[in-house]
Amino acid sequence: MPRYKRQPIARHRIVDKLFFIVCLSAMIIPMLLLIILLGDVLITGIERLNLNFLTSFPSRKPQNAGILPAILGSSYLVLLTGIIALPLGISAAIYMEEYSKKNRLYYIIEITIANLASVPSIIYGMLGLTIFVRALGLERSILAGALTMSLLILPIIIITSREALHAVPRTIRDGCYALGATRWQMIWQIVLPTAFPNILTGAILAIARAIGETAPLIIVGAVSYITFLPISPFSEFTALPIQILNWISRPQPEFAVNASAAIIVLLTTMLLLNAISIFIRYRVNKQRNNW
Amino acid sequence: MKHPILYILFILGLGAIALNCGRSSKNKDDTVIIRIDGSSTVHPIIEAVAEEFTKQYQHIDLSVGVSGTGGGFKKFCREEVAIIGASRPIKPSEEAICKVSNIEFIELPVAFDGIVVVVNKRNDWVNHMTVPELHLLWKPTAHDTIMKWNQVRPNWPDKTMHLFGPGVDSGTFDYFTKVINKQSGASRGDFTPNEDDNILVHAVKNHKYSLAFFGYSYYESNKKHLKVVPIAADNVSTGSPPIVPSLETISDGIYSPLSRPVFIYVNKKQALQSYVSQFVVYLLGPGRKLITEVGMIPLTKNAYRLTLQRFMQKTTGSLFQSSTSTTSVEAILAKPKQ
Repeated sequence: MPRYKRQPIARHRIVDKLFFIVCLSAMIIPMLLLIILLGDVLITGIERLNLNFLTSFPSRKPQNAGILPAILGSSYLVLLTGIIALPLGISAAIYMEEYSKKNRLYYIIEITIANLASVPSIIYGMLGLTIFVRALGLERSILAGALTMSLLILPIIIITSREALHAVPRTIRDGCYALGATRWQMIWQIVLPTAFPNILTGAILAIARAIGETAPLIIVGAVSYITFLPISPFSEFTALPIQILNWISRPQPEFAVNASAAIIVLLTTMLLLNAISIFIRYRVNKQRNNW
Repeated sequence: MKHPILYILFILGLGAIALNCGRSSKNKDDTVIIRIDGSSTVHPIIEAVAEEFTKQYQHIDLSVGVSGTGGGFKKFCREEVAIIGASRPIKPSEEAICKVSNIEFIELPVAFDGIVVVVNKRNDWVNHMTVPELHLLWKPTAHDTIMKWNQVRPNWPDKTMHLFGPGVDSGTFDYFTKVINKQSGASRGDFTPNEDDNILVHAVKNHKYSLAFFGYSYYESNKKHLKVVPIAADNVSTGSPPIVPSLETISDGIYSPLSRPVFIYVNKKQALQSYVSQFVVYLLGPGRKLITEVGMIPLTKNAYRLTLQRFMQKTTGSLFQSSTSTTSVEAILAKPKQ
């Protein structure tokens, strides 16, 4: 009898172990793949990575080619996208969380935004081409690209910002009102700073997506090669992912090395952005502890 | 800084200032811009020429996009670009659209692109193939039927073939099927297509019983990993010898029918602008030396002379749309005006 009773426990332990192993491998396998991928890119690309590579124009000679216009184009694009999308997205989230009545229209908007977040990026490219490039006559400009990218990342910013605002406890809001604060004072001085670290995380994720996105840019007409630097929002431009795509499809294997080097630059930029967001979050939390 | 939201504004502001600093260093008012777009096959040529051209003409800016031949023609007929690269002649439907918006074009062949048929290095049975054999292998009815090497030629091994080819949207695929199957786009469907020719190179490198076709420049850069198949236009017994694709045989038109001219199309109105004209003349003159450097094959001297002449006279319309693949570029260009 006791043996009979012990058996299920042993089996549960095995299941327990198995589940642990499944979870562990679910983490290790993607990590390994990522490490292999990054390692491969690093090994191939690192030899080409020097100051010259960062400050030259692309060239037909792989060893002379650089990514200066692509870096500038990408920075310009991301900056403009941030300026357009962040205030819009965060404001929209504040409206929906703090002001809007929860009526039918509200739920329709909510569902629409959730759906928009999963629309393939190339669709946004088509939209951008029709509206910004052609109807508004912005042509193949950085501004047209940035507006398209803003549309692409707006749903992400709105959803994450709403989650962040939602996480601020009801009691804090009630406390504000109890002290005689207006709604504006409550939002600006209490709710926003409390929700800020999470808003920032969402914003950085969205911006990082904008840096890496290629398809909509090709549609709105980011070019592959320019002989000048983009000097205004209305200037034509190229971007890092497009430069990488261009090089990787070349017949000469030396260009693949250049592509790897450009990928390293792109990844470093993303890491840098993440680092900045972590730093700001850290500062804000520290400040709050000093209150 | 009291409020965290101000952090974001601060960083965005810093970025804007940084970019504006870069802007003041290069402020040219008298610059003009030439907008170019089109085929990815022609893109390396245009990029190389643009690089050298802007060293001499610093007041002329160029922007070069890659939206494919079809996408290029769309932009061209909307007058969004002045010049496009095309890996095939303009289609009648595209010409009609251009006509509606009243856009006249000058058609200029600029180089050759060969299509090579390649097999694995360890393949020791194929010494050549004929166009009828290629047709047997790639025709639409070969789908799920012609699966083994010995079905193409009886003394070849009884092994399953692995077929690879470029994506069905590419000009290379269009041209190959037009020449081999007599109808552009008609092909068996059970091969493995890939838009990226480098993937095709890898595939053939790794499979002993594989066969693929793609642009000559990809073979040129990967010669040591691939075995190229000499192509005979007809059965060898009827007197047409198998030809190995090379710079010479493609340029002279001997490697036929799997070589084709690639073009640039210039908007006639834009061609009257001196800077656009300067660029085209540079491309057909000193710039054509760069064509071999990027892995493409130049036309003959005489063909370039005729092309340049065509541009100088601003002759519009397409000569190549209705031409057959067997006529040489020179002969087509020399044809008297209708």
